[in-house]
Amino acid sequence: MSSSMVKITIDGKEHECDSSLTVLQACEEVGIEIPRFCYHDRLSIAGNCRMCLVDVSPGPAKPQASCALPIASGMNITTASPSVRKARKGVMEFLLINHPLDCPICDQGGECDLQDLALSYGFDRGRFIENKRAVSEKYMGPLIKTIMTRCIHCTRCVRFANEVAGIDSIGMVGRGESVEITSLEKTIDSELSGNVIDLCPVGALTSKPYAYRARSWELEKTDSIDVMDAVGSNIRVDSKNGKVMRILPRLHEDVNEEWISDKARFSCDGLACQRLDRPYVRDEKKELVAVDWQEALSRTATSILEAKNRIVGLAGDHSDLESMYALKKMLLALGIDGFDTRQGGACYDPGFRHGYLFNTGIGNVSRADALLIVGCNPREDAPVVNARIRQGWLQGNLRSAYGIGVACDVSYPCNWISDSSSALLEIASGKDRLGVFATLNAAERPMLLLGYDALERKDGKEIWKLCGKLAEKSGMIGEDWNGFNMLHRTASAVGACEIGFNRRENGINPLLVSMAKGEVDVAIVMGADEFDLDSLEKCFTVYIGHHGDRVAQVADVILPSAAYTEKSGMWVNLEGRVQMGFAAVAPPGEARADWRILRALSEHLNVVPSWNSLQELRVALWKEHPDLRELDGVLQADWHSLGDVVSRKEGLHATPIVSRCKNYYMSDPISRASSTMAECTRARRELREKDKAA
Amino acid sequence: MLEDKDKIFTNLDGRAAVDLASSKDRGIWHQTSRLVKRGRDSIVEEIKESGLRGRGGAGFPTGLKWSFMPRSSSLPCYLVVNADESEPGTCKDRDMIRFEPHRLLEGCLLSAVGIGAHCVYIYIRGEFVRESEVLQEAIDEAYGDGLLGKNAAGSGYDLELYLHRGAGAYICGEETALLESLEGKKGQPRLKPPFPAGLGLYGCPTTVNNVETIAVVPTILRRGASWFSSFGREGNRGTKVFSISGHVNKSCNVEETMSVPLKDLIEHSAGGVRGGWDNLLAVIPGGSSVPLLPRSLCETALMDYDSLQELDSGFGTGAVIVMDRSTDIIKAIARLSHFYKHESCGQCTPCREGTGWMWRVLERLAEGRGQTSEIDLLLQVSKQVEGHTICALGDAAAWPVQGLIRHFRSEIVSRIETRQEKESSSAVLAEEPA
Repeated sequence: MSSSMVKITIDGKEHECDSSLTVLQACEEVGIEIPRFCYHDRLSIAGNCRMCLVDVSPGPAKPQASCALPIASGMNITTASPSVRKARKGVMEFLLINHPLDCPICDQGGECDLQDLALSYGFDRGRFIENKRAVSEKYMGPLIKTIMTRCIHCTRCVRFANEVAGIDSIGMVGRGESVEITSLEKTIDSELSGNVIDLCPVGALTSKPYAYRARSWELEKTDSIDVMDAVGSNIRVDSKNGKVMRILPRLHEDVNEEWISDKARFSCDGLACQRLDRPYVRDEKKELVAVDWQEALSRTATSILEAKNRIVGLAGDHSDLESMYALKKMLLALGIDGFDTRQGGACYDPGFRHGYLFNTGIGNVSRADALLIVGCNPREDAPVVNARIRQGWLQGNLRSAYGIGVACDVSYPCNWISDSSSALLEIASGKDRLGVFATLNAAERPMLLLGYDALERKDGKEIWKLCGKLAEKSGMIGEDWNGFNMLHRTASAVGACEIGFNRRENGINPLLVSMAKGEVDVAIVMGADEFDLDSLEKCFTVYIGHHGDRVAQVADVILPSAAYTEKSGMWVNLEGRVQMGFAAVAPPGEARADWRILRALSEHLNVVPSWNSLQELRVALWKEHPDLRELDGVLQADWHSLGDVVSRKEGLHATPIVSRCKNYYMSDPISRASSTMAECTRARRELREKDKAA
Repeated sequence: MLEDKDKIFTNLDGRAAVDLASSKDRGIWHQTSRLVKRGRDSIVEEIKESGLRGRGGAGFPTGLKWSFMPRSSSLPCYLVVNADESEPGTCKDRDMIRFEPHRLLEGCLLSAVGIGAHCVYIYIRGEFVRESEVLQEAIDEAYGDGLLGKNAAGSGYDLELYLHRGAGAYICGEETALLESLEGKKGQPRLKPPFPAGLGLYGCPTTVNNVETIAVVPTILRRGASWFSSFGREGNRGTKVFSISGHVNKSCNVEETMSVPLKDLIEHSAGGVRGGWDNLLAVIPGGSSVPLLPRSLCETALMDYDSLQELDSGFGTGAVIVMDRSTDIIKAIARLSHFYKHESCGQCTPCREGTGWMWRVLERLAEGRGQTSEIDLLLQVSKQVEGHTICALGDAAAWPVQGLIRHFRSEIVSRIETRQEKESSSAVLAEEPA
């Protein structure tokens, strides 16, 4: 892009703007808002709503669509003349003649572009006395409700589906006044589908689970961070009467832009189900009985003190920095150093910061020109990051993508070479038959995504080191480019590595083994529900968590805690970005934030920590880890070798890399409790069965 | 009157055979290689001097359009011939394809040289089934004779030519919608800029020309720009094929000089208005998209761009639709409105919503159902569509309506009043008990 500055006049004032801008963008830059429906910053330009008309001279003596017109030197733009207003009013009238005007029963009411702009450009009465058009509803799956009569055919949803999500099942059919947006009557097969609800400027596409539950002006809005994957998408939690009503994305250019995954958006109904709202202990008859906090804590303390050193601490996928730090400090004070979050048994050495980070940075993903995916499905593990990879491919940056692992549709062409780790060995040797190494080596910005499917194996650490070697050898590590990326699946993983909660190079496996062997008397499980429960059989299990999920059923003591929307906390995303979320609602019943529970428990154990408030806890944490103090900051890691690969063939196992993620929609206690996610699971299964049959 | 010796289309009436041999007898493909060897610059210069303007309706100077094509481009350049002739009343391209296919093919070669293209696509209207067969036969003949393909006509210039059949959508005659359709997408006009000369078919520099524009090129090059520009008035040079249809005694396609008086054209070439000139009600002079002219204006109108523009109408494709006094003019325009409502692509708001609105109001007004205030509403709606759309279909839908209101407002008013009177009198009758 050539970018030089040009002088233009907007509404009589001279401005200097970048020549690559369109008239609409230039006006935006100088603070003049142009009404629009079809234009969207992150989608291609359609120019079809005609709402953004402005007068431009020199040029034809008719108003021009400012969204599609590039600025040129000497351009004189008028955005508010009577003729412009008249033209826009005309367009607004056309948009409204066939619109049902059912705002009182429309979920978009209060946050509807059409409603807002009708205030400025609408007439107070209609002149259209013919019959209005009605359009039949379209089925788009369990997440998106359609009321197509409201559609104004801006095609934002079509462009999002084609460009960002990479699916072709949303399109416009027909012509003239009978054009309709259609979905082929299929579930939208994308992990990002919910974003079309935000994109729709009217109430044609709205949220099905949220239908008729609240009006936008009744909602209390709280900034938070999504924990359903490791991306750390910025979200806004909308609550009403102490209940989470919906979750929407917040803009963060370097993380999630303005998208979030469907799991982040729609699993929130799980926050109201299966909740642990009071402490329980298991009695002599092996049944859980409700007790008060005092009894639950003293029972826990007794067991812990009896167990001496034979204790482990496991933290879950959603754990925030503060609670992991508090748990770690408590256990260390008791002289215990067995704790981890890597429930699936991922093996990598957290001593190498660059070895567990997404070094490229999410914002740079679309610049990569060659990609090797090892053991993950980025589309499910990090849908928002995957959309960036697709963007890079669409822009022509990404020229070749290869995958090792379970072949999957990632929404851009990817050559899945093999599901065997020996293929990786071959590539790393620099002499593979397909020329993958040569491609990576020749690329200017090659990138590697290393996922949990490859790490959660006995030879995970060898694969990790091998990938490090490959990255070094194929020129992924440069001065201003680091293409080695671990694609974490869980929101807690990087934070746990940063504060030394994860510190064993063999991960959680030795802990689980010693638990299974009966060498551990007490397991403190903080929100971890994904590991092998057999290992708990011989332990006294203390569960600090918010959902009656897997571990709660076998736990000996249950200490109810707060879910991520109910607590203020910090999470470190996969690139090492520290972000803070705030409590939107209070935890249910007697449940308390994890740090409070740990603080109280510590007291019972006579290892009283120095902090009495969350802020004091944070200060202590920051003192020990000053790098985490800078919110929204990313500290780059310098590269050095991840260590030598033990041996060539022996270190690696012949078993194929398999996918550990069985169901994208239900992967944690919250999404398992969500009926929306259950619906999605059913819809996707049906879709796959139909595809198979066809 | 244009003399026979100056007619470009010598077989427009289809009396002679269309095969290659008879085409060659009529002078087509005669020493074409010599014309090709004149080179790009000379061809463009000749066309510029001839004053040829695009015959598809917009009337953009052809030589100028060709000169927009990049001189040095790493991308291939394309010539696309627009044979999606679908405008009501216009049927000139159809006869050129049926009876003079080789003239078009020769024009393709020479025009391709003019813009530096080695690949030509002819996009033909889907409904033209027989026409596409004739044209394909001619293409096969030309390839067989070495007139197309590598070293076309022995000129040393390589040219590949493909015929592509559309699926029958009027909007695909809009040049960018045509390109979309040709690329296999939904036929919807693109935003301009960028113009096809910069970013056209498959993102490459492309010129889109009408069949007639391309077909007259060889003759202009043979007989010279000065010959061509000796016809017509300044800015409106050359000869032109007019399609005359409707209430005339002999509807026809006829080649005449530009700026021929409309009255002469109808009286001489089309055998006159049915029932005599005085029986004339109105004429749509440039295909269905332009405002109609009442008889009074038809007396003096010249058939060219400037004269018709002065009369608040347009030259369009030069298709003259004649309507005599038996015509229900409101119904006629309502029918045209229905056409545009049906053919609107639905992409942009004013056209999608406005065409249907105008048609519905007109349908009512044709029956006198409505208020006189609705005439001004209709006019306003047409103004809200005009000039606010992505392509010219919005204008094309608005102009006939505006023409009707401009010249026949009294007719609409009287129809409404007649109906109201009738209804009120029948209401009075109904009120009185038996």
